[in-house]
Amino acid sequence: MRGLLSLIFAASALLSVLNHEFQENFTALTNARVVTITQGVIENGTVLMEGDRIVAIGTDVEVPAGARIIDCTGMTVYPGMIDSGTQMGLVEVGSLSETRDNTELGTLSPQMKALTAVNPNGVAIPVTRVNGVTTVLTEPSGGMLPGQAALINLHGYTPSQMFAGFEGISMQFPATGRRGRFDQRTDEQVQEATEKALKLLNDTWNSAELHSRIDSTYQARPESGRKPAYVPSMEALRPVVRGQQALVISVNAARDILAAIEWVKERGLRNVIFTGLSEGWRVADQIAEAGIPCLVGPVLSVPTRPSDRFDKAYRNAALMHAAGVKIAIRSGETANARNLPYNAGFAVAYGLPYEEALRAVTINPAEIFGVDDRLGSLEAGKEATLFIADGDPFETSTTIHHVFIGGYQISMESRHTQLYEEFLNRSPGLENRDGP
Amino acid sequence: MKRLIAFLCLYALMAGSMRAQTPTGDVLVRNATVLTVTQGTLESTDILVRDGIIAAVGENLSAPSDVPVIEASGHYVMPGIIDAHSHIGISNVNESSAPVTAQVSVGDVLNPYSISIYRALAGGVTTSHVMHGSANVIGGQNETIKHRWGIIDPEELRMAGAPRTIKFALGENPTRVHGRGTGKRPASRMGVEYVLRETLTKAQRYQEEWNRYEQEVRTNPRAVSPAYNGQLEVMSDILNGDILINCHSYRADEILMLMDVLKDFGIQHITFQHVNEGFKIAPELAEFGAYASIFADWWAYKFEVYYSTAYNAAILTRNGVLTSINSDSGELNRHLYHEAAKSQKYGGLSDDEALALITINPARQLGIDERVGSIEVGKDGDLAIFDRHPLSVYAVNRHTIVDGIPYFNADRDADDMRLAVDPESRIDTVILHDHHDDHLCLHEGELDLYDFLTNH
Repeated sequence: MRGLLSLIFAASALLSVLNHEFQENFTALTNARVVTITQGVIENGTVLMEGDRIVAIGTDVEVPAGARIIDCTGMTVYPGMIDSGTQMGLVEVGSLSETRDNTELGTLSPQMKALTAVNPNGVAIPVTRVNGVTTVLTEPSGGMLPGQAALINLHGYTPSQMFAGFEGISMQFPATGRRGRFDQRTDEQVQEATEKALKLLNDTWNSAELHSRIDSTYQARPESGRKPAYVPSMEALRPVVRGQQALVISVNAARDILAAIEWVKERGLRNVIFTGLSEGWRVADQIAEAGIPCLVGPVLSVPTRPSDRFDKAYRNAALMHAAGVKIAIRSGETANARNLPYNAGFAVAYGLPYEEALRAVTINPAEIFGVDDRLGSLEAGKEATLFIADGDPFETSTTIHHVFIGGYQISMESRHTQLYEEFLNRSPGLENRDGP
Repeated sequence: MKRLIAFLCLYALMAGSMRAQTPTGDVLVRNATVLTVTQGTLESTDILVRDGIIAAVGENLSAPSDVPVIEASGHYVMPGIIDAHSHIGISNVNESSAPVTAQVSVGDVLNPYSISIYRALAGGVTTSHVMHGSANVIGGQNETIKHRWGIIDPEELRMAGAPRTIKFALGENPTRVHGRGTGKRPASRMGVEYVLRETLTKAQRYQEEWNRYEQEVRTNPRAVSPAYNGQLEVMSDILNGDILINCHSYRADEILMLMDVLKDFGIQHITFQHVNEGFKIAPELAEFGAYASIFADWWAYKFEVYYSTAYNAAILTRNGVLTSINSDSGELNRHLYHEAAKSQKYGGLSDDEALALITINPARQLGIDERVGSIEVGKDGDLAIFDRHPLSVYAVNRHTIVDGIPYFNADRDADDMRLAVDPESRIDTVILHDHHDDHLCLHEGELDLYDFLTNH
C-alpha cells in the first residue's frame, strides 16, 4: 500500500500538481552545513532521514544504498522555525467575520479548542512554510479565557495530522490601565473596571479550584462522592489548576506583567507561559526572577509609550534575554507569519545575540511547549522537520530551497509563487483587446 | 538632546526676528560607501552638503573647518528614504462626511509634535507623502513633508515646491463607508466609476462656465460670474494636470476602470497606491504610464487583497512600471529599507532596483525627483547613514540628515524625544500596537473614531 501511495505521490510530483512526497526510505542531505542548534554547527556534514525521523547527523554518516540524495553544497540545513504566536488556520481574510474562527462568544470559554477550527487548506499555510516556518502556535482570542491554543505543523490534511503535541489554555490577563490615547475614562472608572476584571478572574479561578477539588474527591471515592456539576469551562481549567496543562497568559503593560506574576504566585501555578510582553523590558528582572518563559513579539512593532526610545520594541527581546528570561519570538501574525525570521533578525540588529535569536525560533519554543523531544533542533531521533537555505534565514535576500515537515518534502509553491509564475510574463499581454 | 534644545532656542530667536526660513545646514560625510541609486555605488567617498544642498560627491573633499564632519568609514550612505504613502504628523486622516471631499487638505492639520515623525526619521526616512484617508472616492489633498524634527511651525514641515497631490479611493473602503455605511453612493464598484465620472464632468462644466464668463466679461463688464465652488476648483486643477492623483486601489478591474476614466478626461498622471493586483495588469499600467506604490508583502487583511503576491514589485518592475514601496503605517515606515529588500527575496531585484523603490522612484511619482531621491550634486542634502548595507536585515541607521542638518544621530538619541509634553497626560498610558492598526484594520459595519483613523 505504501508503495502504491509513494507511486501516486511521485506521479503527482511529476505533474507539478502536488509534491508533498513522503520519503518512505532514506533521504540524505549531503555536503551540508548543518546548524543543529543544540549540538553546534557541522561543516560539510550529512543529515540522514528515514521516514518521518532524522536518523543520523555528522561528517561520517554512512548513506545507505538506494537513499535519495540531495546535494547541499553551499547550503545550510536548519531545524524548522517555530512561530510562538499566530492565528494560522483560524483567520483566512482578516476583515471578513465569516472567515474568522478565532473568537467564540462569551468571555470565559476555555473549553474552546483552536485545533478544531484549524483549516488545513488555509491559503497562508503554504505561504508561511516555504519561508522555513514549519510550526506555529495558533491562538484563539477575545475575552479573558478565549480557549486553547494549539501547536501545529504546517502540513497535513486534517488538524490532527497537523497537531504538533502542545495545547495550552489561553488567558488574556486583565489590563489594569487605560487602553490608549482614546481611552477617556476617569481614574475612578479605570480603577472600577480593573477591580471588576480582577474579581472576575479570581472568582473564576476560585470556582475552577473548587471544581477540581470536588472532582478529586469524587475520583478518590466514586462510590460515595457526588460527580461535580457539568460545567465545561471548569472542566477545561482542571488540568491547568492541577499543573498538568500550560496556562498561556497574554500580558503586555509593565504593571500588568507584575500583577500577573503576583497572581501566578498567589495561585501557586507552576505551568505558566507569558505571551506578548510588549513592555517586558521594563520589568525583565522580575520576570526572570519568577522564572516564567516568555513568547515575545512582534519585534517589528512601535514602542508602547510616546516617551520611549524609537527602538524599544526592537530591543525588547534582547533586554529580556540579558536579564535572564527564557524567550521565544512570535510574529503575532497570520498571513505574514512568514516574517518571523525578520522579527528575529531585527532583534539581532538591536542587541540579541545571533545564537540566541536562532534558539528563540527553534529549541526554546520547543522546550517551552514541551515538544523538544521531537522538534526544535537537528538531532537523531527527532522529527525530520527542517529546511535547506542558501544562507542565513534571517537575512532578507536568503532563498529557502527545500522544506521537510515530518519527513514530507513540501512543495515550494504557494499562492505568491503561483501568481508570480503566471503573471511575470503574462500571456496574452496587450493583445486581443476588443472591449466595448 | 541638548543640541536639539540649543537649536530650538536659536530657531525661536530667529523666528522672533523675521519670517521663519527653513533651516539648512552644512555637513561633510567622509569615507563612506555611497549608494547614489542613480549613479552606482562609490567606495571611500565623501559627500559635502552646503546650505542644505549636496555641493560635491568625491574622494578627499575638503571643507571649511566650521563644517561638521561625520566619519562614515565602513558605513553606507543612501539618499534619505521617501515614503510615498503615510499618515504620520497629521491630526486627522479622513473627512469621511461625503464621497467627494476634494476641497479639504491634510496640509491644514499638520502636527509637528507627532512623535511618529521622529520615529520615521530614526528609520532613515526624510520625506513623507502624508495622505488623506481612503474613505471617499475623491478624498482630500495630501501634503509632501520633510522630517524637520524640532520645527514647530507646521508650514516648515512642508516640502515647499512639491507638486500638489490628491487622494482617490476605489473598492471596499468607499463602498463600505458610504454605500453600506450611510446609504450614499457608491455601494459598489459600478457606483465608484459613476461618482468619478459625475464629479469630473461637473468640473468640466464648471471650467466651461468660467471660460464663458471670462470671455463675456471682456465685452460686458456687468456679466455675472458663475458661483464659486471650492470642490470644483480643485477638481478643475486635477483636469488641468496641476494636482497629481494618488489612488487607493487593490483590484485589477477597478484599476483598469480608473485608467479608462482618466483617458476620457485627458488626465495622464496617476499613481496607484497599494495596487495589490497591479501585477495582473502590469502591461496595461506600463502602457498608460501609470505608477504603482505598493506594500512589500501585506495581504489577506481583506478580500480585495486575498489574491496578492509578494512578487508584485518584481513583476511590475520587470514589466516597466515605475514602482515604489510605501509604508502606510507608523510601524512599517521605520524599516522601509527592509521592506525594499524583500523585492530581492521575491523576484531578485538588483541592489539599485531595490533601493530605487524607496528613493528615486517615489520621488518621480511625487514629482520631486529634481530635488530628492538620489545622491547627486545639486540635490537636497537628505541622507541616511547605515552601519551596514541598508538592504541587510541587520542594518542599523546611525544618522539621518535633512537639508544638511543631522536630525537623528543614534549616538546621541535620547529615550524621550517628544517636543512637548501635555502636563495632564499620563505617563503610564500604554498604547498596545496591533500590527494591523495602522493601515489594515476594518471593523465590520462600525464607523467609530478608531475605524475612521485606521481607514486609510
